[in-house]
Amino acid sequence: MTSERREETGGTGVRGGDLVFRHRLATRLWHWLNVVAVVVLLMSGLTISNAHPFLYWGEYGANFDRAWLDVPRFPGWMTIPSYYDLALARRWHLFVAWPFAFGLLIYLLVSLFNRHIARDLTLSARELAPSRLWRDIKNHVRLNFPTGHEALSYNILQKIAYVGVIFGLLPILILTGLSLSPGFNAVWPGLLDLFGGRASARSLHFISAGLLALFAVGHLLLVLLAGPYNQMRGMITGRYRIPPDRDAPRAKVAA
Amino acid sequence: MSGLVTRRALVAGLAAGAGGLLSGCDELGQDPEFRRLLGTAEQANYRLHRLLQNRAALAEEFAPQQRSPTFRHNGTAMPAGTDYARHLRDGFADWRLVIDGMVARPQAIPLAELRAMPARQQITRHDCVEGWSAIAKWTGVPLKLLLDRAGISPQAKFLVFHCADAQSNGAPYYESIDRVDAAHPQTVLAWALNDRPLPVQNGAPLRLRVERQLGYKHAKYVGRIEAVASLAGIYGGRGGFWEDVAGYEWYAGI
Repeated sequence: MTSERREETGGTGVRGGDLVFRHRLATRLWHWLNVVAVVVLLMSGLTISNAHPFLYWGEYGANFDRAWLDVPRFPGWMTIPSYYDLALARRWHLFVAWPFAFGLLIYLLVSLFNRHIARDLTLSARELAPSRLWRDIKNHVRLNFPTGHEALSYNILQKIAYVGVIFGLLPILILTGLSLSPGFNAVWPGLLDLFGGRASARSLHFISAGLLALFAVGHLLLVLLAGPYNQMRGMITGRYRIPPDRDAPRAKVAA
Repeated sequence: MSGLVTRRALVAGLAAGAGGLLSGCDELGQDPEFRRLLGTAEQANYRLHRLLQNRAALAEEFAPQQRSPTFRHNGTAMPAGTDYARHLRDGFADWRLVIDGMVARPQAIPLAELRAMPARQQITRHDCVEGWSAIAKWTGVPLKLLLDRAGISPQAKFLVFHCADAQSNGAPYYESIDRVDAAHPQTVLAWALNDRPLPVQNGAPLRLRVERQLGYKHAKYVGRIEAVASLAGIYGGRGGFWEDVAGYEWYAGI
């Protein structure tokens, strides 16, 4: 291998057009489990929101207290079930909460041991340097997706989003959800204090759910823009075709 | 060009998928087998809580100044019928709390006698299944004292609370709890709310407080407590009014 070639592949030997193994089985399984779980949790959660569409801060909050947010009523096409049935929505929500919560726990343990976290989900100081971040933001705005060997790893904004969801949003959703259970409050009273009381925990639960919905929309949008066929193949089979290097002459890619 | 077609097909597929998802979820939600599957989560939550909880682990109690300015009511505001109206007029002077079923010594305790019994005071948070919560002070007789007095059978597994307020289906409201909650120190039959006699809308003259569960378990207008070995055969058989008519969980600790 010439030094020129090594430079162009970042020392990985991977070039645009190569089909590479990108997502391990644990990641793929957890991803698709979450597709189902998050959709059901969000949609049944909107039915639960419709039961009392007001959010408060503090230990308590009911109709005579001041709400910080009057939540809009969510229409049937956004909710599970599509008509108002709080009991059924709760059954969906509290059933799917199990695979959602234990799925995250198992995924985190597996990813710790197979070094997915250390290798792919750790942000270095170099990556967080303002100049690098700014370049990544510009690339996103211009829809310049990584090519060549750079497409082997998550880009910086992508990493920040994944780290924020996996280590921030999802644990907060699970813990605030648990702290809304009066039975669980007796098991671990300190958890509710951590969130500033039940009305606050409920507000945080809904805010985090909203942020997760935003993440899902952004994620889907980027999959569509980055090439849905290749992205879907990557998440289903694990194999992903490295996009051809946009700076490379065409002849080189074809070769 | 082929990229465009793929994209359009994908968007159409997603839209169709979303529509199919919705109607599919509605159909699944009506399927008895699938409802049974969803119901396994209630059993799992119930068992997990009982496994993790100390039997006497208390619900959080608050300071007087942490109480809600107004404690709202929910459900019945005024029980229908002439019987309740007469009791209300008489200040519940001859209201009796009946304790029967699987007990050695059935009881019919006048309200005045209940009020003279040792009482527990607790400032707790009431969490409604709808999502609101309110903090108030309750005063009442620990249920355990009443069950000891009646000599509850070790074979009795549940306590059923029969209420004086008839519901839309013609049957009275009722609720039930297990022996663990029945023996819990905070499970009381409350006769005062915020140091005043229990208002009608909050269940006068007696309401159950079962602090580690949601609001609909806290039966109001309680006139009779029945110790039973099984909930089958009592009204709809699911252990409570909302459980029978709308499919709410019997274990409402979550």
